[in-house]
Amino acid sequence: MPNLNDIMIMLPEFYLVAAACLLLLLDAWMKPEQRNILHWVSILVVLVGIYLVVAGQPDVAVTAFGGMFVRDAAAEILKVFALLCTALIFVFSRPYMQDRKLFQGEFYTLMIFATIGAMLLVSAGNLVMVYLGLELLTLCSYGLVALNRDSRLSSEAAIKYFVLGALSSGMLLYGMSMVYGATGTLALVQLHGAVVQAGMSNLMVFGLIFMIVGISFKLGVAPFHMWIPDVYQGAPTSVTTFVASTSKIAAFGMAYRLLESGMGGLAGQWQLMLAVLAVVSLAIGNLVAIVQTNLKRLLAYSTISHMGFLLLGLVNAGPEGYAAAMFYAICYALMSTAAFGVILALARAGFECEEIDDFKGLNQRSPWMAFLMMLAMFSLAGVPPLFGFFAKLLVLQAAIDAGMLWLAIVGAVFAIIGLYYYLRVVKVMYFDKPAEGLEVRPQADGFLRTVLSLNALVLLALGLYWGPLLGWCRAAFAG
Amino acid sequence: MFNHLLSLLIWLPIVGAIPVLLAGSGRPGLARWISLLVAVLTFVASLFLLPAYNAADGAMQLTESHVWIASLGVHYGLAVDGISVALILLTTFVTILVIMGAWEVIQDKPHQYMAAMLVLEGLMIGVFCATDALLFYVFFEAMLIPMFILIGIWGGPRRVYATLKFFIYTFLGSIFMLIGLIYLYLKAGTFDLHALAMLPLTMKEQTWLFFAFLIAFAVKVPMVPVHTWLPDAHVEAPTGGSVVLAAVMLKIGGYGFLRFSLPIVPDASEHFAWLIIVLSLIAVVYIGYVALVQDDMKKLVAYSSVAHMGFVTLGIFIAFMLVRDANNLDAAKLGMQGAMVQMISHGFVSGAMFSCIGVMYDRLHTRQIKDYGGLINVMPWFGFFYVLFAMANSGLPGTSGFVGEFMVVLASFSANPWIALFAAFTLIIGAAYTLWMVKRVLWGDITNPHVREMKEINGRETFVLGAFALAVLALGIWPQPLVHLMDASVSQLVQQLAVHKI
Repeated sequence: MPNLNDIMIMLPEFYLVAAACLLLLLDAWMKPEQRNILHWVSILVVLVGIYLVVAGQPDVAVTAFGGMFVRDAAAEILKVFALLCTALIFVFSRPYMQDRKLFQGEFYTLMIFATIGAMLLVSAGNLVMVYLGLELLTLCSYGLVALNRDSRLSSEAAIKYFVLGALSSGMLLYGMSMVYGATGTLALVQLHGAVVQAGMSNLMVFGLIFMIVGISFKLGVAPFHMWIPDVYQGAPTSVTTFVASTSKIAAFGMAYRLLESGMGGLAGQWQLMLAVLAVVSLAIGNLVAIVQTNLKRLLAYSTISHMGFLLLGLVNAGPEGYAAAMFYAICYALMSTAAFGVILALARAGFECEEIDDFKGLNQRSPWMAFLMMLAMFSLAGVPPLFGFFAKLLVLQAAIDAGMLWLAIVGAVFAIIGLYYYLRVVKVMYFDKPAEGLEVRPQADGFLRTVLSLNALVLLALGLYWGPLLGWCRAAFAG
Repeated sequence: MFNHLLSLLIWLPIVGAIPVLLAGSGRPGLARWISLLVAVLTFVASLFLLPAYNAADGAMQLTESHVWIASLGVHYGLAVDGISVALILLTTFVTILVIMGAWEVIQDKPHQYMAAMLVLEGLMIGVFCATDALLFYVFFEAMLIPMFILIGIWGGPRRVYATLKFFIYTFLGSIFMLIGLIYLYLKAGTFDLHALAMLPLTMKEQTWLFFAFLIAFAVKVPMVPVHTWLPDAHVEAPTGGSVVLAAVMLKIGGYGFLRFSLPIVPDASEHFAWLIIVLSLIAVVYIGYVALVQDDMKKLVAYSSVAHMGFVTLGIFIAFMLVRDANNLDAAKLGMQGAMVQMISHGFVSGAMFSCIGVMYDRLHTRQIKDYGGLINVMPWFGFFYVLFAMANSGLPGTSGFVGEFMVVLASFSANPWIALFAAFTLIIGAAYTLWMVKRVLWGDITNPHVREMKEINGRETFVLGAFALAVLALGIWPQPLVHLMDASVSQLVQQLAVHKI
């Protein structure tokens, strides 16, 4: 029977579920013109969620509901950043959603439910919990992608996302069932022991492969990346930001839970698989991004390559490597919110501001927005002293530490190729003349601009002072 | 009182860039004056290095060390020796002249231009001070961002191509160095340069690391065959960008060889010294000939920079050969010192040459040699400076250009007369391409009617060129203070080089 203690451990999640339900009611009662209240309340709800996660943090890892739910340092950090990204998206989205007549309660409730899914996923202590969290996250995401019902692109993206997502969930479930068949347990802790004991069997390896497919799909690792460009481009930009930030943090959490907590005993098997996936991702992501003319699509391919980098951390299969990969996931999420935040701030009714050409001469029109976007681009490209550089440094280090110097060199080569398309964005903003008749100006209010500025400047600040964050990431995996 | 002098030198211009930016496009005059003030203050602060630094000691001094990233053992570690002090002074000196040179020439967003220049200055000083490899790398790479913007916004018609090429080449070079540094870190558990120099490494490891470093620094110097970004970048860069690029940024490559390649992988450096020497000689001779056929003055000076920087790499690695093979410490010291003097001298001479070309370009908006001719008739003062710098560029005794090259040639003679013979070719080729350019630009009849309307240099330009001229002459006539400043450090370095790791 669940007791009060279990509920206290899961308090942030319970609170968010309750709050999301209340928001749904609030939305039903509210007149459309009062919806601004909903916006602020949602932001508040998420911020309180962050507070509850931080405040209730236990000193040691604790489990609830018979080991279904784990609350440890790694989960805490991932949850804080997942919620933070969601809050940022709320702040950045208002003018965008208003302009597109999408400013509805569904957006907020679905986002919060999806974030709860992400939180459950990173805290999962059981294969069933992994699956539940994943489904809650992805089902809400399907709805969010399709939020703009009148857009053909959106609907197409949602269908693609749904079909491929269902397929990958099926694969994941299939893999889990094989592992269950081989070991007789679903709890990750017992699974870990059973895997070590049982060693490698064909059934186990097949189970592992199917689970890796599921993880790769969620991360957007090539060759399971097909949905990424379409979803990124087709979804409303706010939702794209969510898929690129909160959902990536969750995907890292899922990878960690399944691979390390569950299948850690087979690390020797999955390391090489991940290394191959990393190379494919780096290659496809970086090479295809070069020819993109749509910025959202370009960022989609850049995601694929970034997930390749994240895998460089995971292949290490040690505490250092997980810390590096987690650092990378957090870094990537913050860079995405900044980059998409600028797109959101510049878009307005009837103008998505998503073609690279739309950014021509931005420095002439709005030097500050251009500067923020430049920070995001240089950070994504991994140029010091920005945050993205140190994230790359750590994953390269993890790969070399794992004895895969060749993999680090492949990563370095693709980092250079990747540099080209990020520079192209900076190039059009700073060196090109603004397009005739196209007034690109931020529509956003002061609060949004301030938060966006903070988000982008944090990329510089964390580049100069990233010690504490790395310290937390390391501490999370040290024990 | 000198505890934080190095930090001050790095951060004063970087922080000083903020008020320049805030002064905004509305008040370009204010932005110009603030940036000049910041540059002058930085220069004055850098002069304090001279009393603070004990030249007789030669070891790393004025040390600052704070833990930066505790969990990685990364330090914010700064210190200077004589070589760094000389290069920092060069940087702060050149920056003032660049800012003055851009005064009314840069009309489009002068505040952004000046701010980028100041940030660049701070980062370059940081490179010369860093004693932690990761900190060095961060400064080394971060420099690319302001330079990218400088060339891309204020550059010539093909600036976008040039700036992308510049960025990608240098990024390509350094990322392999990063892999090498991570490898070293995993072995040593620290990024401290001194500790890395002590780290025992097998020949195989050294070879890989040597090439990782070589790619990074060869692109920066630049050495043949990775020099092709330089003429493009120079031609498209605004005058100030060219000056900083030639005067300071290229030196960072040579400096990197001294701080990374030689101490950390000495045996591989010894093994492959012939490669660097051959590439240097190709730079000196072949690139000299390439310079001869250029029609564009900036391109000509850019190629001549590659040739002159060949002397720097030659001097460094000749010294290395002399220590290792012949155990001839005196000659080695001479070569190393020659390389250092050449670095500083080239900073002045190339900076001055690019400033001269900038002056002409502002008036006639062309850099083609054939568009000029007979300039001396309308701009005699300018002609005076131009001839002086051209003489220095071709290595005339009495100018700074002679001292360094002579020392390097002398040192290479002790190693191998053939090397000296090839190196000495530069005196002929260099004189040929520089003087021929002077002949076509300054002398003869005025064929282009627009040249007749060109105005003599104004007070500001006279100041900039005059300051360069003083430096060139002072270093040429009396190089002793500079040599003395670096002497102890160079001796120490040369002695260190004799230590084998395997």
